[in-house]
Amino acid sequence: MPIGLSCPLPLAQYPKITMAHGGGGRLMHMLIDELFTTAFGKTEEHDGATLEVEGGRIAITTDSFVVKPLFFPGGNIGTLAVNGTVNDLAACGAVPKALTAGFILEEGLPTETLWRVVLSMAAAAEVAGVPIVTGDTKVIEHRDGNGLFINTTGLGMVADGVSIAAGRARPGDRVLINGSIAAHGVAVMSVREGLKFESDLKSDCAPLAEMVQRLLTAVGPTAVHVLRDPTRGGVATTLCEISCAAHCCVVIHEETVPVADGAMGACEILGLDPLYVANEGKMLIIVAPDSADAALATLRAHPDGKDAAIIGEVVESPQGRVIGRNTFGGERVLDMHSGEQLPRIC
Amino acid sequence: MRHISEYRDASRMGPLLDAISASVARPINLMEVCGGQTHNLLKYGIDAMLPEQLTMLHGPGCPVCVTPLELIDQAIAIAKIEDVIVTSFGDMLRVPGSHTDLLGARSEGADVRIVYSPLDAVDLAEKHRDRQIVFVGVGFETTAPIDALAVLRARQKDLDNFSLLAAHVLVPPAIDALLCAGDVNIHGFLAPGHVCAVMGYTEYEALAERHGVPIVVTGFEPLDLLVGIHMAVRAIQTGQATVFNQYRRVVTREGNVPAQQTMRRVFALCDRKWRGLGLIPNSGLRLRSELSRFDAAARFGVAGLTARESTECRAGEVLRGALQPPQCVAFARECNPDHPLGAPMVSAEGACAAYYNHRRT
Repeated sequence: MPIGLSCPLPLAQYPKITMAHGGGGRLMHMLIDELFTTAFGKTEEHDGATLEVEGGRIAITTDSFVVKPLFFPGGNIGTLAVNGTVNDLAACGAVPKALTAGFILEEGLPTETLWRVVLSMAAAAEVAGVPIVTGDTKVIEHRDGNGLFINTTGLGMVADGVSIAAGRARPGDRVLINGSIAAHGVAVMSVREGLKFESDLKSDCAPLAEMVQRLLTAVGPTAVHVLRDPTRGGVATTLCEISCAAHCCVVIHEETVPVADGAMGACEILGLDPLYVANEGKMLIIVAPDSADAALATLRAHPDGKDAAIIGEVVESPQGRVIGRNTFGGERVLDMHSGEQLPRIC
Repeated sequence: MRHISEYRDASRMGPLLDAISASVARPINLMEVCGGQTHNLLKYGIDAMLPEQLTMLHGPGCPVCVTPLELIDQAIAIAKIEDVIVTSFGDMLRVPGSHTDLLGARSEGADVRIVYSPLDAVDLAEKHRDRQIVFVGVGFETTAPIDALAVLRARQKDLDNFSLLAAHVLVPPAIDALLCAGDVNIHGFLAPGHVCAVMGYTEYEALAERHGVPIVVTGFEPLDLLVGIHMAVRAIQTGQATVFNQYRRVVTREGNVPAQQTMRRVFALCDRKWRGLGLIPNSGLRLRSELSRFDAAARFGVAGLTARESTECRAGEVLRGALQPPQCVAFARECNPDHPLGAPMVSAEGACAAYYNHRRT
């Protein structure tokens, strides 16, 4: 493909990268669609790619972790780096087989901090049943002495008959989630410098590949059309991606979406919408309508899915839209945010 | 969740809507002042369920929206100075100044941080004694007391590296100005419940009497809004120009007296320019002269900075209730949350953002 010499992004508006370009919202998608895709070519919009190889189909995914602070209630950057990539493989319907781990360390980082993170990674990998098989280490110059960034790449195997893609959502399909949302984003925010508030809430960080495999077995691989883990940008942004890829509309019944109790209170106070808050142990599951009840029962029988719920359905139009309905009869467009949600003034 | 779910009980909505419909006997324009109320009216679809003769006008109660352009430019100018950390509430960071916003300044290397409380900015000042910490203090009577507390705490800790870029505004002078201007026909108001939680509502009694309009102190949940609207409509129909309190579970007539006292210890009244509304006498708060050493505009020499409003944005009319957001030609076209022409499209409380989110289905 010929690549133009000029950058396709509207340079006048964004001559420099802003934090919003990594916030999981519209600006990040613009960066991916207009810059990376222009250079690398179009790929399937998903958490990972699946490739046919001799003897089967593999799934491959990569993710980088830059969370601050490094430690937060319910986890740390290491547990995220393992579970995040395991869940991206799970969203491909794959059984995780191996992870790689690349570390970028800042000069001045306490070695003890790195040790604690690495031990958590080893423990998380054991729980997820996936070995960390190779890695890389780089050190960058001193900035504030606390920098630790991790990239993990995951490799998994996809069973015959499994065909999961955002574009497979069909009108009539049901939308499920495996439990209460918004715990991770609120837990991290509660310990962030300048934003600290008292909260008992813990991140929901957990590996979901085993739960997904059970689901695929219970309802049959072809009944599961879409799996996505709603991390940055939350449930709303992830559903926007799905509705765009599948050229359909997703309707969410807002009162059916389980929200962690402590997270609800914090969101009310901070003026955040839980549907846009990050999760690290949640999976959005879109299934054929006649498999919805079986899928719900299977999820609820699993420890990571005991609060699972059917939260909405796929309809034909308006294409590319996500609509939130409330019991009052009001409805709203759940759009992608431009970047991160920002706490409001009052 | 207790104390919230009761006020979102859809089964109680029908009778209230019926009661409102039965009370409206002529065209009525009712203005809700607070942006939080605007958003919930649209989020829950209440505005669309009201009788046709009743029009909700959206008022100037979005703190970010009425903050003058100069202040944002001043904050950006300060943020560009070396060794300064500018702190503010989240939604202030994306409000466009003359050329860029605070997030844009951050991407250029400025140290701009979101805090949830100005007291966190004081903590930052204590932690980074070699840096200057500036808190951009905007908002109504709701945020003024805690900003005042931050200044007092900085003085108590003898922190010479903390300062406040203050642009607080007061609700009653704005209502007075809207009614005096007379270009928009407003028959009654829903007063902002949380401002009244701090200030009480005696100031509003004087306003109601002077202008002959009822004012209902109203909460924010859907049932609060419906009850408040019903009380206002009944008062308009029966000609009772007085103050009613729908939000009794939070608001008393006297308000939060210690908070008011803290505000008065730190701030004095001043004339203030409102974005979209212009200069309103005695409508703002400035630091008292004995605390002027905490004034960021003076400390960094940016007080003289002036700015000119864009002619593309009709936020001024929106903030006065003279224009509903979808009537603006730029709405959801040139102006959207990614490329806001004005603050009402940015803020979580802005009327344009409310319509953008809830009225495009």
